[in-house]
Amino acid sequence: MEIIKAQNVNFYYGSFHALKNISMDIEEKSVVAFIGPSGCGKSTFLRLFNRMNDLIPKTRLEGQILINGQNIYGKNVQVDQLRKEVGMVFQRPNPFPKSIYENVAYGLKVNGIKDPNVIEERVVESLKGAALWEEVKDKLKKSAYALSGGQQQRLCIARAMAVSPQILLMDEPASALDPISTSKIEELIRELKKQVTIVIVTHNMQQASRVSDRTAFFYMGEMVEYGRTKDIFTNPEKEATQNYITGRFG
Amino acid sequence: MSTLTFPENNSRRKKLSQKIAFAFCFALSLCIVLVLACILLFIIVKGIRVINWDFISQPPADGMTGGGILPAIIGTLYLMLGSAIVSFPIGIMSGIYMNEYATNGKLVRFIRMMTNNLAGIPSIVFGLFGMAIFVNYLDFGDSIIAGSLTLGLLSLPVIIRTTEEALKDIPDSMREGSRALGATQLQTIWNVILPMAVPRIITGLILSMGRVSGETAPILFTCAAYFLPQLPGSIFDQCMALPYHLYVLATSGTDLEKQQPIAYGTALVLIIIVLFINLAANAIRKYFANKVKTN
Repeated sequence: MEIIKAQNVNFYYGSFHALKNISMDIEEKSVVAFIGPSGCGKSTFLRLFNRMNDLIPKTRLEGQILINGQNIYGKNVQVDQLRKEVGMVFQRPNPFPKSIYENVAYGLKVNGIKDPNVIEERVVESLKGAALWEEVKDKLKKSAYALSGGQQQRLCIARAMAVSPQILLMDEPASALDPISTSKIEELIRELKKQVTIVIVTHNMQQASRVSDRTAFFYMGEMVEYGRTKDIFTNPEKEATQNYITGRFG
Repeated sequence: MSTLTFPENNSRRKKLSQKIAFAFCFALSLCIVLVLACILLFIIVKGIRVINWDFISQPPADGMTGGGILPAIIGTLYLMLGSAIVSFPIGIMSGIYMNEYATNGKLVRFIRMMTNNLAGIPSIVFGLFGMAIFVNYLDFGDSIIAGSLTLGLLSLPVIIRTTEEALKDIPDSMREGSRALGATQLQTIWNVILPMAVPRIITGLILSMGRVSGETAPILFTCAAYFLPQLPGSIFDQCMALPYHLYVLATSGTDLEKQQPIAYGTALVLIIIVLFINLAANAIRKYFANKVKTN
């Protein structure tokens, strides 16, 4: 079943036409990778799914994005509630200057969960789910800034997963990390897809082919091709896709 | 190897010019420290003789040629507190509005321009305005409340500006991270952004308090009393204040000769108060900075 349905999406930054007539369905509990050269619109498209682009002034959207059949740009949509269901992990790890524990508990607290027992249970569960528990269980009160970059990124994943989203958006989550941390994140993605639908933007084509079920190739604001990852990487239909994945441009 | 040459003469000349430039910068910075040290030393040497417990616990006596300066100390503290009550909430909230909420660039630029203009207005003009509005129109009379309101207005620009700058320095990734978890804008500001900005905001507040404690002109027509033997009983009473008392001791009174040591003592007390506030502010700032880092 599709959890995300984008229909004829056009998006503008001021007068710049950033996304051109994109339609796409994303299956529940699958991993979809967005690839393409810098500035092609893949991050912009990703940030439409949790309305993160609302924070940027002078932007405009045409078309519809449905999540579980509901138009998330409809009038009665509570954006904060939407963002609880559609979590996000950013390119650079961005833990808050709080303790490791407080970082994970933050999302629960702002969403109105007050019972400390429930919070503690969810924090532990999320840290375990993000494969970070063993490394931090003895220093939960320590600052999140004391962790390494890779650990911080897994903390951000734990933080996002703590509020039990249905969808997790990842905007180049490993681009600022070393190879070992990157492979840990990839392992985590394969594990997390049992619980959530994951949409990941990546510059790393091996990464896309390793973790995703389907891949979409973006170029100049258009979605050139979207299909099963295996097909995209072995037998793309479009020449532009072929050129990009073989490294002839981009 | 033979292609690599390092012309020694040239590099020696460069080194020399570097040394001269650094020495020059160092000498100039030292000058500033020296000037400050001179002022402090001058005040301390001239003022320390009159300072004792009676000086800070008694009202002036013998036509201000004797006694202490207790009412002026208390008055200055009242004025600082009063102006803080006026300016801290307004200033901080304006700064938050300008940096976090306002989306209309033109409006923000206009407000910022007006704030800067406000900062450029001479303090005596604030005094005149305070007299017209608070003392006469609102009929508070010469009083602590009129003085506090006037001083509060005076210190607003500094507070707004530093709050705005402190918030601006916090990376957007913090805001995005919080909003992406479903936090509202208010929750984000309250739980993530403000705690990170607090150390710098406090710096701004303290700077403004330092200025308030030393201002004479704004309270000249709105609050300050030439001589009051008793402490003020309510916010509608007049009060004495250290900077104005200093002015009075140095320029008028019954015996300028006899008053001079008291004037220096008053100056010293004022400086000590400001110094103490600055130290306290530093401690508070460090406390919050550590809390942000490790909590």
